[in-house]
Amino acid sequence: MQELVNLFIKSIFVDNMVFAFFLGMCSFLAVSKNVKTAKGLGIAVVFVLGITLPINFILNKYVMEPGALAWLNPKYASLDLSFLSFIVFIAVIASFTQLVEMIVEKFAPALYNSLGIFLPLIAVNCAILGGSLFMQERHYETLAQATTFALGSGIGWFLAIVALAAIREKLSYSNIPAPLRGLGITFIMVGLMGIAFMSFMGIKL
Amino acid sequence: MNKKIFIEPLFRNNPITVLVLGICSALAVTVKLEPAIVMALSVTIVTGFSSFIVSILRNTIPNRIRIIVQLVVVAMLVILVDQILKAYAYDVSKQLSVFVGLIITNCIIMGRIEAYALGNKPLPSLIDGLANGLGYGIILVIIAFVRELFGSGTVLGHAVIPAGWYIKNGGFYENNGLFILPPMALIIVGLIIWVQRSISKDLIEK
Repeated sequence: MQELVNLFIKSIFVDNMVFAFFLGMCSFLAVSKNVKTAKGLGIAVVFVLGITLPINFILNKYVMEPGALAWLNPKYASLDLSFLSFIVFIAVIASFTQLVEMIVEKFAPALYNSLGIFLPLIAVNCAILGGSLFMQERHYETLAQATTFALGSGIGWFLAIVALAAIREKLSYSNIPAPLRGLGITFIMVGLMGIAFMSFMGIKL
Repeated sequence: MNKKIFIEPLFRNNPITVLVLGICSALAVTVKLEPAIVMALSVTIVTGFSSFIVSILRNTIPNRIRIIVQLVVVAMLVILVDQILKAYAYDVSKQLSVFVGLIITNCIIMGRIEAYALGNKPLPSLIDGLANGLGYGIILVIIAFVRELFGSGTVLGHAVIPAGWYIKNGGFYENNGLFILPPMALIIVGLIIWVQRSISKDLIEK
């Protein structure tokens, strides 16, 4: 249990998806102009990450790892399907976002109207695929670990985008050199936020 | 015509600094020049050929499921690149780790397919894809060059700062460790945008 809590805190702050690995940058920069939409996208990311990552974990553990098919028949113990992982992961994520979009549209129209446009965007958000690839590379052992990691990194992404959106809202009152306005200053700001987040790196859990 | 398609993305319509596409997997691979060059080449190849293939298929893909079809085409090309890297450049492939796989969700690729390849003939799409990949590569190489030079005092692994300059050898110079850290990549992109927009003033945002 303690180990899971550590993993959770670590994936929110120390290994933050945005500031430590630059994942999900495109939508991070594009959809952070105001806090309300940033919140919507952040929640959608937590949601999709929290569901696709465990699915991919199960697929990886029981289908694609070297020797993973041994449970089906001892003959298959020498098979290694790990080269298929990219295509399987992205297919799960893309079909899942499409599915979630349909379900949310049918059963929670209010939520759909607030998230609607962001859901399809999430299929190509690298934070989601990145989560699955990190899960594979770091060899998480149990489903609980994988789920904790997914929720932690989702929440880390959520915090980052809401913080950036809040700063950008304030920014409209400041006097910035013309060529730096908009995109340029945003990049520099994200860099500075990243430096601030690095102070968490010293934490040993 | 084709020449214009090729030149535009390199500077005027650069995918990173103007269109803000494909920053996701780009910045983490720019600590050293070598992985950055490999990454730039891989992305160029994948962008070019995925645009080409989708453009051939553009009249047969049903509109509703086009995202999944496009992702499958891209994922197939990325698997090829990944396997080739693992076979012939294993060290670099290890350094790039998950970021090879993340080429799939690189927004440049989907962006060019959606914006260009779906409505144009195969050959111009191929050129457009390659040029956007190169425009991305140029920025990647500039960032990696600056970070490697100031961060480790080397270029492509060769030391360029004379050893006698370092403080530990009685000199006055010290590598700036900040350049190795991820946030510096973002700040360098910000500065590149500043320079580019000072040169071409019409890109300035209100």
